[in-house]
Amino acid sequence: MSAPTMAGPKSTQSTASLRHRLAERGIDTSLLMLLPALIFALALFVYPFSYGIGLTFQPSPATQQQWGDGVFSNYAAFFKDQFVFDSIWLTMRLALPAALFNVLASIPVAFKLRHRFRGKKLLTTLLVLPITLGTVLTAQGLLIFAGRQGWLNRFLIDIGLIHQPLTLVNNYLGVMFSLVISGFPFAFLLISSYLSGIDPSIEAAAKTMGADWKQRFRRVILPLLAPGLATTFILTFVLAFSVFPSARLVGDAMGSTRVMALMAYRAFGEQTDYPMASTIAMMMGVIELVVVAIVLMWRSFLYKGSTGGKG
Amino acid sequence: MTTQTAATGTPGADVPSPPTRTRKKAARAPGERSLAAAPTTWFVWAAIAAFFVFLIGILISVVVDSFGTQWFNTWLPEHLTPTWYTNAWDTFDLTHIIGVTLTVAVTVIIISVLVGVPAAYLLARRRFPFKRTITLLFLLPVLMPPITYGIPLATVLYNFGLGRTLTAVILVNLVPSVPFVIMTMTPFIEQINPTIESAARMSGASMRKVFTKVLMPLLIPGILAASILVLVRTVGMFDLTFLVSGPQSDTLVVAIYRAMTAAGGGEARQLISSMAVIYTFTMMVILIVALRFVSPTQLVARVKDSSDD
Repeated sequence: MSAPTMAGPKSTQSTASLRHRLAERGIDTSLLMLLPALIFALALFVYPFSYGIGLTFQPSPATQQQWGDGVFSNYAAFFKDQFVFDSIWLTMRLALPAALFNVLASIPVAFKLRHRFRGKKLLTTLLVLPITLGTVLTAQGLLIFAGRQGWLNRFLIDIGLIHQPLTLVNNYLGVMFSLVISGFPFAFLLISSYLSGIDPSIEAAAKTMGADWKQRFRRVILPLLAPGLATTFILTFVLAFSVFPSARLVGDAMGSTRVMALMAYRAFGEQTDYPMASTIAMMMGVIELVVVAIVLMWRSFLYKGSTGGKG
Repeated sequence: MTTQTAATGTPGADVPSPPTRTRKKAARAPGERSLAAAPTTWFVWAAIAAFFVFLIGILISVVVDSFGTQWFNTWLPEHLTPTWYTNAWDTFDLTHIIGVTLTVAVTVIIISVLVGVPAAYLLARRRFPFKRTITLLFLLPVLMPPITYGIPLATVLYNFGLGRTLTAVILVNLVPSVPFVIMTMTPFIEQINPTIESAARMSGASMRKVFTKVLMPLLIPGILAASILVLVRTVGMFDLTFLVSGPQSDTLVVAIYRAMTAAGGGEARQLISSMAVIYTFTMMVILIVALRFVSPTQLVARVKDSSDD
């Protein structure tokens, strides 16, 4: 690694051996344990990633013909082609509300479930179960359960609440349901582990000083929980942002749920336009990182001490 | 979505009597919990119930569908039959697909633990130059949408002629798994008391011996937890596998997706349902076995204990 160059210029008149001096700076042979992971990261992440960035500047002939010559032709296509560009808005319209809902709905649930009560373990296990369903079974289940002939519509018609079956799948709502079913347990697990990291004696102290539950929640728990909420929001947002199978299976793949991931895959698998696919993929990363950065910036204004919880 | 936050408060506003009653009780005996449930409690339980109605409905309807013959305009299918399972097994060669899925999952677990744990150890114990950069490098794949690095990586793999092979599927799945192992193992190693290792070193144990005789037994629960999470992630991973897999290297999820979206309306719905049931059943067995050994919040909770020391 870069070890010798690091310590080289700084070496003074010390009599200790080079090896000793390096060891003082934390460099010795045991660092070799890091090597496999580094090689892995460079070969499977850094190299393909930079290759992909390079690829975005090598537009295919077809793209150049349609969107003008030059290295930026892919980006021109991305921003000028309404069909592609609109997918940003369509993705955001799904991912942001889904992530917000999952985080906000998890707070009261995690809050109520943090005390001991009978059947808590069973309930937690049940809440974790959707993770096993996977997107594909969730999609299949939603199609059957919430479809026009499904039990949900049948039940609502039978009790006289509605007269026409509701269209709950093959549109925006279907994908939203699927995102909540897969994202909510995840958000709940994270938030309840953050919540368990908050020292109960702090809340007890607030209680002693006469704070009612609203004050305790707003002034004590929420500030301590906020960094964890930000992290959870980011993670659920990342999950929802790259939604792809459910957008195709329970959504309206050519209409209201034409998300970026679908567009990227269309360019990759169906049109085999690798440069364009990479461009869409990279823009996905950029847009997601912008949202993550905004949330992290907001988080940096919050309390940063120990809450015990750690992602 | 602001209605969501408001909603937790509104039940109290609509029904003024219950909160005052509970508050009075709380004022009377501060340490005791009131017997009458607060409106927020009802709201939370209603939300959980709604969630479960959907969840159970989805699950049961797929199971029923997978056993049904014809099911259109009725509450239940007319006849029940197990033939969809044998059909699905033969049509899609599920023996092969499940074999592929397990091979991929086990290989990914072994490699990511072998690569990730030593790195996590160094990140937890040592200070060295560029540590922050390296940590960030390991963190990036977890933060990015899988497609963002998946598409360039798949392009590279296709260029190397690895497209649609088992190797490609394994390599692609390693990208999120190794950082995941590093991220879960680093806090786990941090909570192990370093004096144990120092004592072993002072007693003359070499680095290798410290690892095999001292650290390994302590790390086993953490490695087990991380492996199970990697297993669940790999078996459920759709996006990345889908980009590089082909007919001979499809994992179960990808095979189901392909069957659902196959040209010409796809296969019979019940065939897909039965495959989905097989998938979910496998995952549930894995997860239930896993939950018997490790608690999902264990990794976090242990860190908390150590910081209290």
